[in-house]
Amino acid sequence: MGLLQYFRQDKPKKGSARLAKDRLQIIVAHEHSFAARPTYLAEMQLEIVAVIRKYMDISSDDVKCEFSDKAEDDMSVLEVNVALPKHK
Amino acid sequence: MAKVIVVTSGKGGVGKTTSSAAIGCGLAMSGAKTVIIDFDIGLRNLDLIMGCERRVVYDLINVINGEANLQQALVKDKRVNDLFILPASQTRDKDALSKAGVEKVIADLKADGFEYIICDSPAGIEQGAMMALYFADEAIVTTNPEVSSVRDSDRITGMLSSKSHRAELQLTPIRVHLLITRYSPERVEKEEMLSIDDINDLLGIELLGVIPESQDVLNASNLGEPVILNQDCDAGKAYQDAVDRLLGINREFRFVTYQKKGFLSRIFGG
Repeated sequence: MGLLQYFRQDKPKKGSARLAKDRLQIIVAHEHSFAARPTYLAEMQLEIVAVIRKYMDISSDDVKCEFSDKAEDDMSVLEVNVALPKHK
Repeated sequence: MAKVIVVTSGKGGVGKTTSSAAIGCGLAMSGAKTVIIDFDIGLRNLDLIMGCERRVVYDLINVINGEANLQQALVKDKRVNDLFILPASQTRDKDALSKAGVEKVIADLKADGFEYIICDSPAGIEQGAMMALYFADEAIVTTNPEVSSVRDSDRITGMLSSKSHRAELQLTPIRVHLLITRYSPERVEKEEMLSIDDINDLLGIELLGVIPESQDVLNASNLGEPVILNQDCDAGKAYQDAVDRLLGINREFRFVTYQKKGFLSRIFGG
């Protein structure tokens, strides 16, 4: 490092390890939740949505299917959320 | 009771083969009959690290295919009693590594009196890596303090708990150990590198050892000598500590904190 650079404000930033840990925490948590999903889940979600739409005139965006498997809970949850439009 | 230990990581180049050689060598030096199996089919390298590349005649695939027996394929180490290598094949046919074949080789090694069977896994999550971990009782996940290595270690830890023989038969899960290699306390001090605590938080695996970044590791592989044989160097001592912990001996972690060099030692060295 040159003498001039030494006194400059923008010398190499300290603490990239902090950022590395934060990024890893997010991706590792995300991959864990993904790994916990049963493989048939995606197909089942599509079928659930299709069944609901058979009886109700709603768009596929109005049906949300979420699977959660949090370590702190002692069970996994499959949540089907149907937003029903009013006055129809 | 014989133990099958896989040395794995997901990511390549983090020190699986170096660690397999060092730990296998250390276990054999404790007096336990030990074999290190190279599962990297098509890219054999354990023989070079162990310095026995010129004595390889038959390999793992030959044994599985019945073209040679175990005794013909095992290469005995010239320095350490009770240490043997089972080299990988240089054939590119990875399908040759069948589950039944590997199972039989491991059973035969156990019958032959081997106490430790170290499986040196290839990188990745393909057939070779899966076969290396499938029959494991314990696993040593080798990790560099670096983002891609930590992520891959987490992935491979998931596979150890779901894709192994023990998982499928719902036996006691594989005991997973973490081995951090290429650790630089100085860079951790400057917050440029993930610390042991960071990696522990992320992976949540029992820590087996921390090998400091060291010139001696490259020197050892240049010479074809497991680095644990060099007990004058930090890396060799750190591997010895890891082996001791594997054997159930309590060892303090060394070479994990940075001692700033004083004025005099900077001038005079040391």
